[in-house]
Amino acid sequence: MTPKKFLNRPVIELEDVSFSFNKVPILKEVNLTIFDGDFVAIIGPNGGGKTTLVKIILGLLKPERGRVRLLGSLPARSRQKAGYMPQYATGEKDFPIEVIEVVLLGLMGVTGCSPFFSKAERKRAEMALDFVGMLPLAGKRVSELSGGQLQRTLLARALVSGPEILFLDEPMANIDVGGKTKLFDLLGELNEKMTIVFVTHDVGLLSHYVKSVVCVNQKVFFHPSARITPEMATMIMGESCPMELIAHGFPHRVLARHKDGLASHEKGDGA
Amino acid sequence: MIELLHFSFMQNALAAGVLAAIACGIIGSLVVVNRSVFMAGGIAHAAYGGVGIALYFALPALPCIIAFSILIALVMGALTLKRRGRMDTVIGVLWAVGMAFGIILVDLAPGYNVDLMSFLFGSILAVPRSDVRLMVWLVIIIIVLVTCFYKDLLSMSYDKEFSEVRGVRVVPLHFLFLCLVAMAVVMTIRVVGLILIMALFTIAPFLVERYASSLWKMMVSSCALNVFFVLTGLWISYRFNLTSGATIIMTAALFFILFESVAAAVRKFHR
Repeated sequence: MTPKKFLNRPVIELEDVSFSFNKVPILKEVNLTIFDGDFVAIIGPNGGGKTTLVKIILGLLKPERGRVRLLGSLPARSRQKAGYMPQYATGEKDFPIEVIEVVLLGLMGVTGCSPFFSKAERKRAEMALDFVGMLPLAGKRVSELSGGQLQRTLLARALVSGPEILFLDEPMANIDVGGKTKLFDLLGELNEKMTIVFVTHDVGLLSHYVKSVVCVNQKVFFHPSARITPEMATMIMGESCPMELIAHGFPHRVLARHKDGLASHEKGDGA
Repeated sequence: MIELLHFSFMQNALAAGVLAAIACGIIGSLVVVNRSVFMAGGIAHAAYGGVGIALYFALPALPCIIAFSILIALVMGALTLKRRGRMDTVIGVLWAVGMAFGIILVDLAPGYNVDLMSFLFGSILAVPRSDVRLMVWLVIIIIVLVTCFYKDLLSMSYDKEFSEVRGVRVVPLHFLFLCLVAMAVVMTIRVVGLILIMALFTIAPFLVERYASSLWKMMVSSCALNVFFVLTGLWISYRFNLTSGATIIMTAALFFILFESVAAAVRKFHR
C-alpha cells in the first residue's frame, strides 16, 4: 500500500450540534473539526454519546441543532465515501449469510445495480477478506465465526468500497489481546491511505498509531495528541471511576496507576 | 387420489396451494430474518377489513383484500417509521382495528354470509379459477420484485444502518417489503385462512434458517417445504375428512417437531 498524500482539509465538521433522545440531552453544543489523515480515538464513559456522535456524523441520526459536514458536504450525500463498522451486535448472529456475502454488501451503491453480485465484485470482496486474513473462511456461515473473526469480517465489509474515511464503533470488543494488537497494526497500515475514527470505552486501548483523542461526555473535547492526562480521564470518567492509563510510546507505557481502588490518580506524564 | 385430479375444483385447490406455498416460502423467509412475524400477523388479520368491504359493497373478494391489506401495510409502514421503538404497539392497534372494521361491515352487509368462516380458516376446495389466475400473477410479481431487489432486501435485512450508509434507500424498501407481505397474505387467505397464515410464514423458514448458508437458499428450501406441507396436508384432509387449512398447518407442525427431535438426537449422538 502506497501512502496517500493528505490534503490537510477538514473531513469532519460539526458546528454547534446538539442531540437529545426522549428529551434527555445526549450531546450538547458540539464543535469539532477533524482533518484528513488523522487517526482519532473517541473515548468517554458508556452512555456518554460516543456512538451517537458517530451516527450524527454519518447522518444516521439528525441533530436537533447545528451543522454537520462529512468530507465537505451533507452526510447523506458523502457517506457513501465512508467505511462504517458498527458496534458488535449479537442479534445478527444466526442470519443465514456467508462471510463473503457480508463483505459484498459493503459494495452496495458502489458498483452495478444488477440484482446479483458480479465476478468483479466477488474479486474485490476476496481482496478485502485477504487483507483482514479471513479469505480461507469466505464460504463459512457467519454464525459459525468467533467474535474476532466476525469483527474482521465487518472490517472487510467497511473497507471493500475503498473509503476515504473509516468509522469503527468499538472495534476491539470481543477480541483477545493478541487480536487487538493485530487489528491496530491493520488500522495503522490503513491510516496511510485514509482517515480513521474509532470509538472505544476502554482508554487502555490507545495504541501508538492513534494521533488524536476526542473525549465525549455530553460535551465534546478535541485533543490533538494521543496523550491522556489523568485530569482528562477524571473529567471524562468522573471521580468515582478507578482506572489505569496507558498511552502511546513503544509499545505501550503505563502513565498513571490508581492507588488503592479509588480514583486518586497519581500524576505522571509520559510518552 | 388420482381420479380426484380430474375434478376442476381439485385442480384449482392444488394450484392455489402450491402458489400460496411458494409465496409464503419466499416472503416468510424475509419476515423471519427481519423478525417481523408480529407485523405480518398484523397485516394478515387487518386484511379482514378487506373481506368486510368486499361483502358490504358486493365486490369481488380477492381484489378488495389486496387493496385493503396493501393500504394497511402502507399505513403500518408510515406509522412505524417515526417511532420504531413503538412498532409492536402500533401493529397491535391496527391488527384489532382492521379486524373489527371488517366484522362490522360484514354485520351491516345485506343477507346472511356463510362465506365468513372460509376467510378465517381457508377454503382451498372452493377457490375459483379466476382467483387461481390472480394468484399466478401475484406470485410472478413477488418473484420478480424479490429478484430485482434481492441485494437491497438482503442488505436491509442484515444491517439496516450499514445499508443506509451505503446509500441503500431503506425507507422505500421497507414499504416494498410491507407490500410484499400484504400480497403473500392475500394469496394465503384462500388456502389456510387469515388465522393460520402465520404457520406457512414461519414454520418452514424457521426450520431451514439454521441450515441455509444464504437467504436465497433459505427461500428456495422454504418454498419446497411449504409445497410438501400443503400437498401432504391436502391429501390427509381428504383421506380423513378434516378441515384442509388446519390439517396443512398440523402437518407442518408435526414435521417440525419430528425434524427437531431427530436433529437434537443426532447432535447428542455426535457429541
